[in-house]
Amino acid sequence: MEWYLPVIWAALIGVAVALYVILDGFDLGVGILFPFAKEERERDQMVDSIAPFWDGNETWLVLGGGGLLVAFPRAYAVIMPAFYLPVIAMLLALVFRGVAFEFRTVANTSKKYWNVAFAGGSIVAALSQGLILGGLIQGIKVENGAFAGGAFDFATPFALLCALGVTAGYALLGATWLVMKTEGPVADRARGHAKLLLLAVLGFMGIVSLWTPFAFPRIAERWFSTPNIFFLWPVPFVTALVALLGWRWLETGRDIAPFLSAIVLFMLGYLGLAISTFPYLVPPSLTVWQTAAAPASQVFMLIGTVALLPIILGYVVFVYWLFRGKVREGEGYH
Amino acid sequence: MDLDPVLLARLQFAFTITFHIIFPSFTIGLSAYIATVGVLWLRTGEERYERLMRFWTKIFAVSFAMGVVSGLVLSYQFGTNWSRFSVVTGNVIGPAIGYEVLTAFFLEATFLGVLLFGFGRVPPWLSVLAAAVIAAGTAMSAFWIISANSWMHTPTGHEVRDGIAYPVDWLAIIFNPSFPYRLAHMVTAAYLTTAFVVLAVGARYLLAGKHEEHGRTMVLMAVGMIAVLAPLQLFFGDQHGLNTLQHQPIKVAAMEAHWDGSKPGDFHIFAWPDEKNEVNRFEISIPRGASLILTHDPNGLFPGLKSVPASERPPVKPVFFAFRIMLAIGFTMIGVGIVGLFLWWRGTLFTARWFLWPASQAWWIGFVAVICGWIVTETGRQPWIAYGILRTADAISPISASSVAVTLALFVLVYGIVFAMGIYYINRLIAKGPQGSLIEAPHGLSLGSPLSSASDATREATSG
Repeated sequence: MEWYLPVIWAALIGVAVALYVILDGFDLGVGILFPFAKEERERDQMVDSIAPFWDGNETWLVLGGGGLLVAFPRAYAVIMPAFYLPVIAMLLALVFRGVAFEFRTVANTSKKYWNVAFAGGSIVAALSQGLILGGLIQGIKVENGAFAGGAFDFATPFALLCALGVTAGYALLGATWLVMKTEGPVADRARGHAKLLLLAVLGFMGIVSLWTPFAFPRIAERWFSTPNIFFLWPVPFVTALVALLGWRWLETGRDIAPFLSAIVLFMLGYLGLAISTFPYLVPPSLTVWQTAAAPASQVFMLIGTVALLPIILGYVVFVYWLFRGKVREGEGYH
Repeated sequence: MDLDPVLLARLQFAFTITFHIIFPSFTIGLSAYIATVGVLWLRTGEERYERLMRFWTKIFAVSFAMGVVSGLVLSYQFGTNWSRFSVVTGNVIGPAIGYEVLTAFFLEATFLGVLLFGFGRVPPWLSVLAAAVIAAGTAMSAFWIISANSWMHTPTGHEVRDGIAYPVDWLAIIFNPSFPYRLAHMVTAAYLTTAFVVLAVGARYLLAGKHEEHGRTMVLMAVGMIAVLAPLQLFFGDQHGLNTLQHQPIKVAAMEAHWDGSKPGDFHIFAWPDEKNEVNRFEISIPRGASLILTHDPNGLFPGLKSVPASERPPVKPVFFAFRIMLAIGFTMIGVGIVGLFLWWRGTLFTARWFLWPASQAWWIGFVAVICGWIVTETGRQPWIAYGILRTADAISPISASSVAVTLALFVLVYGIVFAMGIYYINRLIAKGPQGSLIEAPHGLSLGSPLSSASDATREATSG
């Protein structure tokens, strides 16, 4: 039990973060692509394609943060102070972006400022999350179970690379979402963006995959030692295959398939990172077992999660089904 | 000058949580109000209820967005600013926060999409159901968050090993001694806060002579609500106070600026607590009033501030003054309820300008009362963050004062802009009023459904 519980919880939080990355990823991505829209009507169309969903999508971030506090309080207490500035930058960006959704529908003359806030908030939030990811991969300085580094420890070229990679990835999800959910000039432009972004994301994934084993011996050992390499070699291979399929589907005018391939691509990258870091929650020193909450707390929360998560997923799917179909230009929900 | 990270982190948290509480205290009540007019719409098919529902939904959307994003900030600040608190109490109050997200946050956020964008796309009953689900979700949120907060005041059901709290009895943790009182007091406060906003908007329309039918509905519903809840709130508040006296007597001593526990306590209508000399200046008091309220006996004794060393006392002034402001607003609310009922009985509620004008200006009093109430209880808990378990000064993250200072400045800047614009937009929505097409019809459907089609749809929906 003492061994399994933290592993189950790591998997659950992994699922919550994965759902967050996919779901808020595409709506942040739409925000990142916002500056490329030519007219106000196009911007409205873009926002309308995500308006009924964004609030629920962002809730997975609350679950990720809350879940970390519940299941791994010692990891939460190290990670949050370590990424103090990017976490707060992300939160403030999400504040701006969240209210921009509502404000731009009720604003008249000030609408252009909220457009900027929406795009800027989305971009800063994506960059911040990438910085946190990069900082986590490269490791946190820990002494006596507490964060012992400086305020800017996270700021390295590697973290910056991850920030750009995550931003490009979200933009890819956003572009393929627009291909699926809109039509007209917005969808056409998004198809073009999606191809460029697919190349960019592949590039970033390639650099990170090469950089990490060279810079961090523990990651090299994980991937290239035997017998691991026999099990793990398909991961990059499948990634390349999915990217190729995504490209084909974008070329042949498919609407839904590119979005699905972007999701799978993201999940493969995510799987790669999980393989690189598990069982460390705070690389390179704290594992899931060292940071776990009391078993009684994990069990109590697990009961509720197992009972409630299917219900949540059920009504989330229901709402996506309710607002299915494409959003045409000039046809908002507002 | 050396900046103190503890003080800065406290200021930052006080600022972000004060900003946040404004929105739940409005949206808890407002979602219930929207669900209520929605049910009235389904039952009567009357257009005014449909319009009211749409109108308040629009305002709800703006406030809820601000509540969501400011709440998200808080769930991360426990870690960024108070990581030691997370480690020490995470085992015990973490699950309450987890359950809040699972039972309430997802429900609210997901069904908000249905409520906001569903008009004309989903049948009316589903819109009303979404509103009811959101109302239940916000109340559930309050349940879990107030439970976690109450445990910080009156911790039970745990044991402390090596400085870390471990759960022993979950029911005792969730239903800790101050929880039922705090929950009743807070939820009632939220409903009252909303009632005063609805009253102010209705009164504003009646004074201006526009949207009068809607104005009358709003004023009457609000007055009815206030007349029932404001006296009830006095009772809940009194019970909560007695509970606090039992578990956190020093907080009560600060609320009453009661220094010497060997004598009965006066009720100070005004005083300037002098914490250095441990006396009050400029007292205007009702002799033995505090003893009468707290012990129901004019000669009753209750602990004074001097019964503990100064280092164990909360800052007296904020607790004392915030309590007084809250009380004054509470009694004003009771007065508004009584006067409103009387005017309604006389048949002049909708025309008495001397009543409607102040009512139209008083939309904010509930918010001030809520904030003051939280200042009383949270400041009154100091110097503890979790009463008797962890001191606030020991709960801080290992972060630099300058990081906290910079982000505090950013929070003030960003929240200032967002808040000012939010108020401005809500005010403009109110000025526009419930008439006219607030929500454009998708697919060219007519959403200004006439009475007959609305009730047809209702019949169809409820029979099908």
